[in-house]
Amino acid sequence: MSEIINAFFQAINLIVSLDPEVIEITLRTMFISLSSTFFAALIAIPLASLIHFNKFRGKRSVMNVIQTLYSLPTVLVGLLVFLLISKSGPLGNLSLLFTPGGMILGQTILVIPTVIGFSIIGLRGVKEEIKELALSLGASNLQTVTTIMGEAKYALLGAIILGFGRAISEVGVALMIGGNIRGYTRVITTTMSLETQKGNVELSIALGIILLSIALIVNLILNQVQER
Amino acid sequence: MDTKYILLAVAVVAIVVVAGVYVSGYGQAQTLKIATTTSLEDTGLLTVLESEYEKKYPNVDVQFIAAGTGQALEYGKKGDVDLVMVHAKTSEEKFIADGFGTNRTIFAYNYFYIVGPATDPANINGSNATSAFSKIGTAGAANPTEVMFVSRGDNSGTNTRELQIWNKTDLNYTTEVQGQPWYIESGKGMGDTLILANEKSAYTLSDSGTYLAFKGNLTLTAIVTQGKDLLNIYSLIPVNPAKFPDVNSEDAQSWIAFVTSAEGQKIIGDYGVDKYGQQLFIPIAGQPEPTS
Repeated sequence: MSEIINAFFQAINLIVSLDPEVIEITLRTMFISLSSTFFAALIAIPLASLIHFNKFRGKRSVMNVIQTLYSLPTVLVGLLVFLLISKSGPLGNLSLLFTPGGMILGQTILVIPTVIGFSIIGLRGVKEEIKELALSLGASNLQTVTTIMGEAKYALLGAIILGFGRAISEVGVALMIGGNIRGYTRVITTTMSLETQKGNVELSIALGIILLSIALIVNLILNQVQER
Repeated sequence: MDTKYILLAVAVVAIVVVAGVYVSGYGQAQTLKIATTTSLEDTGLLTVLESEYEKKYPNVDVQFIAAGTGQALEYGKKGDVDLVMVHAKTSEEKFIADGFGTNRTIFAYNYFYIVGPATDPANINGSNATSAFSKIGTAGAANPTEVMFVSRGDNSGTNTRELQIWNKTDLNYTTEVQGQPWYIESGKGMGDTLILANEKSAYTLSDSGTYLAFKGNLTLTAIVTQGKDLLNIYSLIPVNPAKFPDVNSEDAQSWIAFVTSAEGQKIIGDYGVDKYGQQLFIPIAGQPEPTS
């Protein structure tokens, strides 16, 4: 037990002393996961509104598929993207395997269903009267859509943050696509896994604390925004 | 209105692709991607070699992808790395014969150790590797709660060697070893496997480098450490540029030249002596392959 407490204090020390390796890995993790969340949001929110604002056959099945993909296994995405961007794969000449770009691609795919699904739920939450009011005031279809999306903006933000949480905490894509290259594709989760294996628990604990703190900060900001 | 959304989606996909290519550093400074065994990476040797090499070749960024030998060779077969550093001669020779690699250069060796609890419940002390495995198998079958063996089970170089040794014993691997209650497959790297064996007070086969690097955290002792069957030779194989024109063949060659140079060999021979009290790797470049 004293060993764990000791390691915990050393971890705190690593953070407080701004250990260069800890900082570097944290910044890289933020960059990769923020980029993938950004791209995922760019794709997912238009798709979500397309699905929400249009009536079509099989809409319910589409929703079922999206909800199933919430639990898309990270290692499955890792495997598929690996096969896709490997030199011997169809996108091999992009040279994306074992690069941050490849990791962003994988995490984007991973996160898209979550953002689409929760965006649709958010749009559904906007009261029907608002749509009717907008239409009765002579709004065009596009104006109606933007009004409703404006009403749902906090729910949409929540969906994006949920996606970010999935991206930053996953290890399957990061390991299989990134290859855990020191100083290049090594992120918080893959470092924790490797350093624990090497018996270096202090660094792992420090990074674990940082990962939780990021989640906490993001949620505090979200709450702050929503309360306004 | 629908077409607007579709156009937007297309534009977004285009942005993703362009940005992805951009951050991947496509077409920028040269990188040398090396798939390596976990045993070389876990000991920390590669970090030292990398920093010395990059002093000589500052425009090359060496990147290591640590995997088992089986997986490292798979990366090579797909052309995803420029060079492999591995330790399973039979698989290496097949890799070259199939045209994926050009040639095999040996650069270091050490021994596999059969490690286990100090009480040595299967009484293997003094045996050679084959009879030690036989004894573990027989004792494990008789008393699976006392005598256990942890296998990597991951097609790594160490796992390949372990299977070769089982096949030399009088036990049938598929019916008398694999799946037996005393035989545990970890499916993990060497470090994790040592920790698992330590928790279970089980025997395992480890490369000496990783064992020595982890020894401080383990109660396991090295019981059988010598003999032809335990010889562990590491080699370098560049991925064949005739098969994969994109590979960084030039830097792969300069890396091999550096690792096998007097300077590189000295780094390998000295590595770990101050920290672990003994050599982790014995340099061997330019010499005949050891046989015992």
